Amino acid sequence: MAEHDTVFTARGLTKIYRMGEIEVHALRGIDLDLYPGEFVVLLGPSGSGKSTLLNILGGLDRATSGHVSYHGKELTGASDRELTEYRRYHVGFVFQFYNLIPSLTARENVATVTEIARQPMKPEDALALVGLAERMDHFPSQLSGGEQQRVAIARAIAKNPAVLLCDEPTGALDSATGVLVLEALERVNRDLGTTTAVITHNASIAEMADRVIHLSDGHITTLERNASKRSPHELHW
Amino acid sequence: MLALNRKLFRDLWWMKGQATAIALVIASGVATFVMSLSTLEALTVTQAAYYRDYRFAEVFSALKRAPEPVRLQIEAIEGVQLVETRVTAAASIDIEGFEDPVTAQILSLPAHGRPLLNQLYLKQGRLVEPGRDNEVVVSEAFAAAHRFQPGDRLSATIRGRKKGLTIVGIALSPEFIYQLQPGAIIPDFRTYGILWMSREQLEAASDMKGAFNEVTVQLVKGADPALVIERMDQALARYGGLGAYSRKDQISHRYLSEEFRGLRQMAIMFPVIFLGVAAFLLNVVVTRLIDTQREQVAILKAFGYSTVDVVLHYVKFVLLIVLLGSALGIAAGVWLGSGLTTMYRDFYRFPFMLYQLRPALAITAVLISAAAAVAGTLWSVLRAARVPPAEAMKPAAPAKYRVSAVERFGLRRWLDQPTRMIVRNLERRPLKAALSVIGIAFACAVLVVGGFFKDSVDFMVDVQFRLAQRDDITVTFVEPASPKAMFTLARLEGVEEVEPFRSVPARLRFGHRTYRTAVRGVPAGNRLYRLLDTRLQPVALPPQGVVLTDYLAKILGIGVGDRLTIEVMEGNRPVREATVAGLVNEFIGVSAYMDLEALNRMMREGPLISGVYLTAQRPARPAILDKLKQMPRVAGAAMRENAFQNFYETMARQMLIFAFVNTILAATIALGVVYNSARVTLSERSRELASLRVLGFTRGEISFILLGELALLTLLALPVGCVIGRQLSAVMIANMQTDLFRAPVVIRPSTYSFAATVVLVAALLSGIAVRRKLDHLDLVAVLKARE
Ligand SMILES: Nc1ncnc2c1ncn2[C@@H]1O[C@H](COP(=O)(O)OP(=O)(O)OP(=O)(O)O)[C@@H](O)[C@H]1O
Ligand SMILES: [Mg+2]
Repeated sequence: MAEHDTVFTARGLTKIYRMGEIEVHALRGIDLDLYPGEFVVLLGPSGSGKSTLLNILGGLDRATSGHVSYHGKELTGASDRELTEYRRYHVGFVFQFYNLIPSLTARENVATVTEIARQPMKPEDALALVGLAERMDHFPSQLSGGEQQRVAIARAIAKNPAVLLCDEPTGALDSATGVLVLEALERVNRDLGTTTAVITHNASIAEMADRVIHLSDGHITTLERNASKRSPHELHW
Repeated sequence: MLALNRKLFRDLWWMKGQATAIALVIASGVATFVMSLSTLEALTVTQAAYYRDYRFAEVFSALKRAPEPVRLQIEAIEGVQLVETRVTAAASIDIEGFEDPVTAQILSLPAHGRPLLNQLYLKQGRLVEPGRDNEVVVSEAFAAAHRFQPGDRLSATIRGRKKGLTIVGIALSPEFIYQLQPGAIIPDFRTYGILWMSREQLEAASDMKGAFNEVTVQLVKGADPALVIERMDQALARYGGLGAYSRKDQISHRYLSEEFRGLRQMAIMFPVIFLGVAAFLLNVVVTRLIDTQREQVAILKAFGYSTVDVVLHYVKFVLLIVLLGSALGIAAGVWLGSGLTTMYRDFYRFPFMLYQLRPALAITAVLISAAAAVAGTLWSVLRAARVPPAEAMKPAAPAKYRVSAVERFGLRRWLDQPTRMIVRNLERRPLKAALSVIGIAFACAVLVVGGFFKDSVDFMVDVQFRLAQRDDITVTFVEPASPKAMFTLARLEGVEEVEPFRSVPARLRFGHRTYRTAVRGVPAGNRLYRLLDTRLQPVALPPQGVVLTDYLAKILGIGVGDRLTIEVMEGNRPVREATVAGLVNEFIGVSAYMDLEALNRMMREGPLISGVYLTAQRPARPAILDKLKQMPRVAGAAMRENAFQNFYETMARQMLIFAFVNTILAATIALGVVYNSARVTLSERSRELASLRVLGFTRGEISFILLGELALLTLLALPVGCVIGRQLSAVMIANMQTDLFRAPVVIRPSTYSFAATVVLVAALLSGIAVRRKLDHLDLVAVLKARE
């Protein structure tokens, strides 16, 4: 497949954290292609480098060496300004710890993103998509963990991003709420064709992916394609 | 950016306590600035308007006696616009029911009514009417001291002849804003007054028919006073001219301008220090505030807000607080300023006071505080924004703690767990702890600066009126007298010690610099009037040469060994020279001293004395004063005890008021700072403390961790603050030296403890507020929202 058909192309990505004497090799040479519209799940033990990889793909962090490009454009070596623009118009993030702005309501949290995006949804629509039409004017502290996470997803998808990067979006949720969150993600992936990458510790979530990437100690160990995708409500954990 | 603006206002609202405290700090700084500068401006503008509207003369000269036509000669001098001659006479005054000797200077009013120059502003009554006998207008300060009303009577002895007078008016004059008895350094409104009589009557009373003994001149715009003075001196030389002088040497004007100069230094130094401190505090507070929002900055950046957007967001936040604070500060500054100017109007007895706030001043205040605030904000936001978003968003890594130094020194087993947490927390972020300490220290320092001035003045007065001057009554003669006069006084009942002095009014000259003062002759073995060295030990005058107040030496640019020209301003006005033999450090006034005999030798007039210092037990004093009053050659008798009070009432008071107002503003700053430190610490630690509560710590225990830290920081800050306060005071005083006085840096323990107490009270109040917040800490909410 030609390079420009990929959303992300990563070659020989490494990331080394230096802490005084000690060097931590978080990524040790990652080669990876992600394709338009695909739903990818990243699995791997704690500390294997999943978050690090996702952060680099999302332009939150920089690789120590190697290349990563987005639709043929180099992200490695991009300026702060270019990375900001990239995040602003192309990427949606969902964090494990929600990271909502506590002083803003659900609707306003989503609005922080829609106000600076190019072709955003209405915040209300994004919230409706994750089943929170009723709770739009609640502050984060008035929402449950799962609700907060869904606000975070609404916030991430509201700008109609080309890619959605989720770091353990269900990590802190019970399975029923987790399913709600995953359904929201799946819907966005299916309806909007958003390339989606989800980090999880939960192997059963892998069953809803197009492809599953296993990381271990900074390497990709296996890369498998699911023959058949399952929908979230079929999953159990 | 609607949502962001919404966040702005909501954050502001949620932080209203803290925001208010920051705004108060800014408000205090701005208030000091606006108050000081607008007051200063009002005083200067008013003084100028008063001088102009009431035609304050520009050149003055006293002389023995000249026939009225001599006026024409002076009018003919190039550069002279207007000339007014007048008669003046010294008089001793009898006021019923008032014991102390009172003297007055009586000035003539022209027959046609209003004088051309030095016009009077009538507060009450009317001017004297020609043809009416024995009418007099009195100066307001004198009238106020004796509660005179038009219609009241007093009697004056002029040239040995007693005359009953009726007060018909009470007036102000631009010439006598300060009313200073000749030779005195401190005004005393009760024992010295200015009176105005009709020219005709005063001529008659003082044997000056058809003549004058004082002339005042208004100059053509742009004329050089020095040239006019020279020509006037030539013209008046044969009429016993005592040397013309310009406004610069006019007593009232000089005192006033020196005092304004001191006030100006204060009015600049206080705002500079306060605004500086406020800006610094703002930076500390804003930095810490933004640190607590680091993750929010990261989220915004992760979503594609640029660094500029984020920085702008926080700049707006700070600007809102600054605007709030400056608005408050300007309002308070105008209120205080107009109050202060009203007080100054009464104090200086200006007929009116022009107070206004120039918009430029208000705008400057806002700009300065905004610039200071934004400078601090930019730095901390940029720092926060520079952190890669990924970093900021990671679940809070357990902070790196270690066993603290205090514990390593073997104190470990003495510290319980919460105490260890306090110590380790401080050690973990020493910079943050240092900033808090410095912030609180500055709060303490501004309080010291606000309060030290009174201590310095007290010390100065104590040195002058207890250590240097030790007589009870200073008697001055109408004219220099022979030492026999002293023995007459010594024989008065109750008089214990006597000591003569000579005072020769003179213009001192070195190179092109001159200064009008008196050369004081001090006898060998002097005990009642002493000169002190810097260690406050008495120094003996050298038998030869002249000793100058060090500040006078600085004014003249003269040093020990140089030859000083002494242009005597009495008698035959000889011009002499003397070598500067030494300098003395004096706090109040500036003088030149000589050994009495050396002075008399230099004057070639034989052994003359101008007055006598004497001591007497308190019960004997009224009788002595009574006797003195009856001696025609005694011009005045001043009680040293009164001098204290007069000093405070006349010279130091306006500065003390000023300092007092600033102390209050300093207290506000202190409160704002300490409260903010406490609140920021709370928001930095609330998650951790809530977790501890979840683990089973009691409210008391977590309060101890937080408040203990605050208490420790406050206690560390107090000594630092006292040291900084002392340094700032020294800087301030170094800029406040005037001819009138030069206060030393003296700070009493009570001032330090006052400053410390205010800070401690502020800490206590803040502690209580924080404790209440802690008690209502919503554990669930704190843990759920990852702020
Ligand atoms: N800022 C950092 N400084 C030092 N080491 C770091 C830093 N961030 C991550 N690491 C290290 O890099 C490695 C990979 O971290 P990463 O966060 O990518 O793991 P992860 O796969 O997401 O783990 P988890 O499933 O626990 O979230 C870990 O060993 C971690 O300790
Ligand atoms: Mg991770």
